[in-house]
Amino acid sequence: MVASRESRNNPGRIPALGLRVFVLIIVSILLMYVDNRLNHLDAVRTSIGAAMYPLRVIVDAPVRLWNWLDDSTTSRGDLEMELNRLKSERLLTNARLQKLNALEAENARLRAMLDARAQVRDQVRVAEIMSVDANPYNHSLVIDVGTQDGVFDGQALVDADGVVGQVIEAGLMTSQAMLISDTDHALPVEVNRNGLRTIVVGTGTIDRLSLPFIVNNADIQVGDLLVTSGLGGAFPAGYPVAIVDSVTRIPQEPYADVSAKPAASLGEVREVMLIFSAAAAAAEEEADDE
Amino acid sequence: MSRDRDSRRLPIIISLLVGLLLTMMPLPESVGAFRPDWLALLIIFWAMQLPRTWSVGSAWIIGIILDVSQGTLLGQHALALCVVAFVTVRFHLLMRVFPLPQLTATVFAILGLYQFLLFWVNGVAGVGAPAVTYWGPVIAGTALWPLIMMLLSGLRYRTRSGR
Repeated sequence: MVASRESRNNPGRIPALGLRVFVLIIVSILLMYVDNRLNHLDAVRTSIGAAMYPLRVIVDAPVRLWNWLDDSTTSRGDLEMELNRLKSERLLTNARLQKLNALEAENARLRAMLDARAQVRDQVRVAEIMSVDANPYNHSLVIDVGTQDGVFDGQALVDADGVVGQVIEAGLMTSQAMLISDTDHALPVEVNRNGLRTIVVGTGTIDRLSLPFIVNNADIQVGDLLVTSGLGGAFPAGYPVAIVDSVTRIPQEPYADVSAKPAASLGEVREVMLIFSAAAAAAEEEADDE
Repeated sequence: MSRDRDSRRLPIIISLLVGLLLTMMPLPESVGAFRPDWLALLIIFWAMQLPRTWSVGSAWIIGIILDVSQGTLLGQHALALCVVAFVTVRFHLLMRVFPLPQLTATVFAILGLYQFLLFWVNGVAGVGAPAVTYWGPVIAGTALWPLIMMLLSGLRYRTRSGR
């Protein structure tokens, strides 16, 4: 009925449609240009992002509910088993930690003797992941802390096993972070065994990273642990990133084809730790001043 | 008249909110590549049915919201959704009389255009994108179209009779 009435008044033509779409396309292109080249739109993003906070909470609700149900319906036997496992794990970690304390003290003493800058322990804050980005082109996630908790752009994210990613957009209450598997992400690392420095680049696949700049005769083997070198400034040094899982040397190519598996399980993380290292914070302030 | 308008708009806004929720919902990696472009589908439907109320302007605003939620370039989804709305509104009379298979084929073409625009902007802006995942949402969206059409038509007729 509506259709026939509309077509009688005006046979299916919407006034100035072409003009409107033309103007909007121009506006979009300008917006994208400004967003890509300059940082003036961050305030707009932050405010729209804050308005969307309730939506994020709703999206997250089913997962939370499922986790809660899962937790509250676990059988007594399972709980006891888990408790025992955790107890023994704690014992082991504590024992290791005792040794670590001694080592740390020794390290500090040696460094003082060498007159080197003392390595400060990094402060961390636990954040929960609210949603994982749907866009297949970029690997990113949203965490439930923002600038009001002291989060800043470029802050490093780790989980229990290794580096997860870094904050790319700190909002007021939530922040967006990019995973190390994103194709846009590159991370300066070194091989833990011999200190060989290189760069790890994301491949767009969640369980694979690539090392494109390893020369054919470089000393790298399958099973080598890659740790952050701290050279980029964003990541503090010494966090595990990935384990090399294939090295293919092609004689006529200048670089070997090396890939690695992320140490953190990027696809399954629910909680991450944000690192507040003194060095990273200082670098961030410097960048802001410039 | 204005209350009448509101009561007609409310279900549409709710459907768009649900679409946004579905877009933001966390999915496992393997299924995520086949997540349909819910908002593009909704905009095609509403622009086809009510081209005077839901046209390029609303599509653009929804696109900006989508850009913020996805962390993409501000204006990328806005541009793509705006073009989707334009094509739909331009051909809405034709699309309304299409039989379902033909309409589904048209939707396939529009979704393809939408993905192409997103992909193209990524390319121009220098954002790396693996090309394989590009067809997943288009195929999933087309497969879901008859279902969405059925659900939303029900919603649409219900609201009209409630008037």
